[in-house]
Amino acid sequence: MKVELKDIHKYFGPIRANEGVNLSVEAGMLYGLLGENGAGKSTLMKILSGFLSPDKGEILLDGQTVRFNSPAQAVALGVGMLHQDPLDFPALRVMDNFLLGSPGSWLLDRHQTRKRLVELAHQFDFKLDPDALVSNLSIGERQQLEILRLLGLGVHILILDEPTTAISAQQREKLFEALHQLAGQGKTVIFVSHKLEEVKSLCSKVTVLAQGKVTGEVEMPYPTEGLIQMMFGQTITVGKRCAVELGHSVLELENLTVSDWRMEVKGLSLKVRAGEVIGLAGLEGSGQHLILKACAGLLRPSAGRIRIANQDITGRSYRHFIEAGVAYMPAGRLEEGLIAGMTLTEHTALVDRNPPFFVDWDLATKTASRRIEEYNIKGEPTTLVEELSGGNQQRTLLAFLPHSSKLLLMEHPSRGLDMESTEYIWKLLLNRTERGTAILFTSSDLDELLDRSDRVLTFFGGKVRIRETCNVNGLQLGESIGGKGFE
Amino acid sequence: MNPSEEKDLNNWLIRSNTILQIAAILFALVFSAVILLMLGASPLDAFSLILSGAFGSSSKLAYVMTAWVPVLLCSAGLLVTFTAGLWNIGIEGQVVMGAVFATGLMQMLQDSFPPAVVLILAAFAGLLGGALWGMFAGGLRLYGNVNEIFGGLGLNFIAGSLTVYLVLGPWKRPGIGSTSGTQPFPPSLWLPTFKGFQVSPIEILLGLMAIILVGSALRGTHFGLRLRAVGKNLRAAFLKGISVEKHTLLAFGLCGALAGLAGWVLVVGTSSRHNLFPLISSGYGFLAILVVLLANLSAMWSVPISFFFAAISMGSLQLALQRQLDSSLGGVIQGMLLLSILVAKGLQSRLLFRRER
Repeated sequence: MKVELKDIHKYFGPIRANEGVNLSVEAGMLYGLLGENGAGKSTLMKILSGFLSPDKGEILLDGQTVRFNSPAQAVALGVGMLHQDPLDFPALRVMDNFLLGSPGSWLLDRHQTRKRLVELAHQFDFKLDPDALVSNLSIGERQQLEILRLLGLGVHILILDEPTTAISAQQREKLFEALHQLAGQGKTVIFVSHKLEEVKSLCSKVTVLAQGKVTGEVEMPYPTEGLIQMMFGQTITVGKRCAVELGHSVLELENLTVSDWRMEVKGLSLKVRAGEVIGLAGLEGSGQHLILKACAGLLRPSAGRIRIANQDITGRSYRHFIEAGVAYMPAGRLEEGLIAGMTLTEHTALVDRNPPFFVDWDLATKTASRRIEEYNIKGEPTTLVEELSGGNQQRTLLAFLPHSSKLLLMEHPSRGLDMESTEYIWKLLLNRTERGTAILFTSSDLDELLDRSDRVLTFFGGKVRIRETCNVNGLQLGESIGGKGFE
Repeated sequence: MNPSEEKDLNNWLIRSNTILQIAAILFALVFSAVILLMLGASPLDAFSLILSGAFGSSSKLAYVMTAWVPVLLCSAGLLVTFTAGLWNIGIEGQVVMGAVFATGLMQMLQDSFPPAVVLILAAFAGLLGGALWGMFAGGLRLYGNVNEIFGGLGLNFIAGSLTVYLVLGPWKRPGIGSTSGTQPFPPSLWLPTFKGFQVSPIEILLGLMAIILVGSALRGTHFGLRLRAVGKNLRAAFLKGISVEKHTLLAFGLCGALAGLAGWVLVVGTSSRHNLFPLISSGYGFLAILVVLLANLSAMWSVPISFFFAAISMGSLQLALQRQLDSSLGGVIQGMLLLSILVAKGLQSRLLFRRER
């Protein structure tokens, strides 16, 4: 089945996730959709699979315009999507998951279904026990099950969103074999990824997205440099922080190992000194978030030590980390950082570390006014935080972080901000580094990483490379984010 | 009227809370009237019976006021838990445990101390009993991962069963044990009332003080501020270094203590039977949940609304006495009021959301 997307637009508030995207994929093709995190790939694919509806633009299947009101409708017309995190029911058995979503009568024909499941699994050489509980399967097996389920529903177009982030090398090989087989049967496979190597080895044609727009459509093979330039835009930025005076040690990681259910960062050692700025680069979920959370005291490392200002606080509570001088600024401004429904004055009173019994509202209002002026926040002490614009929310978050913090941990400090706000935030941050605060921040903006940090830690699949940014250019950093030098 | 003016008027109609609430109250009354008509009763007659049943005489008014106090105390407690974002459904059990602790202490000490001392100590026992039962629900949520709604529901049943056991077992009346309750306490252990007006000023004072104290603590103290932060955004509050654990337990403890005090009132107060009996909480806790939701977590509004609800509850008793109608019709009116207001608010935010999109 041939798929065409024409002039797709999708906005989330001020964020332009897709802006006039065109895409055309022939039947029987293994097609790659490449782009950085936040480039708009997932949004585009969610539109194609009926999870989202576009603000503008149309979807054509074999030349026919279609409109999906739900994923079920998309599946009925032959479009199925395998999501990054499996959308299955871990508490149910493999058979039941396979049955779910299948149209038809009220009564289930378990015998017939079991036969179909076994046949399909055999066809792709997937080893799935129909009676196993899904919660006991590995992520790779759950993916296999989901692929079979979609095929069982008669899907002709299979979309895979970052399918290889959490599976083993063997499972990946098996997956790729199955995808080739599917393409051979005339099915259309759209492979969404930010991993250059995989897209290069698997796909015959690739579209690159950056900031919601198509930046290139090329036949494979194609030179890597070209693809990176399409992914990251003009890569002319060169690291500038070459001669910054640094102070004593603020943070020391020694053989640190942290993991969550899908990723492990092993044996990282790092010394950060007062005034130093360190960028954590890598595609989302490559391990940088684990390190940041461990440094904040929000994730207990499974091995290794964490020292703040030469004091070992491995395994202590988050509050202990705060008292040791660590400040953590989460990415979700209104989800984790600020409290919607409370005013700036109330936020001021809330961060008072050793408060008296009664709130001194006059003092809190005065402090709030002072912060508003210092940080150039467009708002009043009585403004509710959710009424502020994104940039002002970010400044507010920063304004309420303790001034004396030794180590500042930030997720995407400038995400969603315009140039002016970004500049202003970084000015404020640099002021702090000059007073001896060290900063660790994650970002997906190459220019920001190179411009602002003294060193960059690049993460790829849980592996880490540390390099000075001085005179490094964007192309080199982009290649390393894409996995070059890690294999 | 030109189109933009018309739009402004529409917007104003949707945004205006007063109009919305009046509409909701009217709807609740109309719906109740329909039910009354279905039962073959005249709505106007029924409503006027409820009114006269509540305010028809000084003794009836006194009755309303004594029923008001437990609701007021429970509302004060629930203001704390609701502010912390917790659904303390277990409040009924906390009232019961307050009554159990108070009764137990009075049975132990009534012969060895002067009545005033016994009454005061019993009040503290009630506070303690309710607080412990509340913190039990809090502990289950924090450490057992049991949602406080289910935990509270379970604890309500346990508290209820405990009273049955006590009344029929260890605390049974001399001779015959019956579910009508324990041996009533002598009048010396009743709260004193006005002469000729069966209302205890102590009860009323306690109820009003509780709600004023809670209201001002939530507004003016750091504890109240942090509680609100926890209630509005648990994750952000935690990241700001606020101990979610401590505030959750404290909220449950405080609410339970006030509910327990209501339990004490139900044992020693004016309207009481002066003993412990099964179902002693009589739904006052649940009624208070309606009150606080209807008051939109405002301490000030909780005072008149709880009084109004107590009046409907007491007034509707006349429906049973004089018209052979079920007195639970009062509950229907109360429930309809809350539902209409909640639905009106839901519709309001839905319409506003649509407009802003």
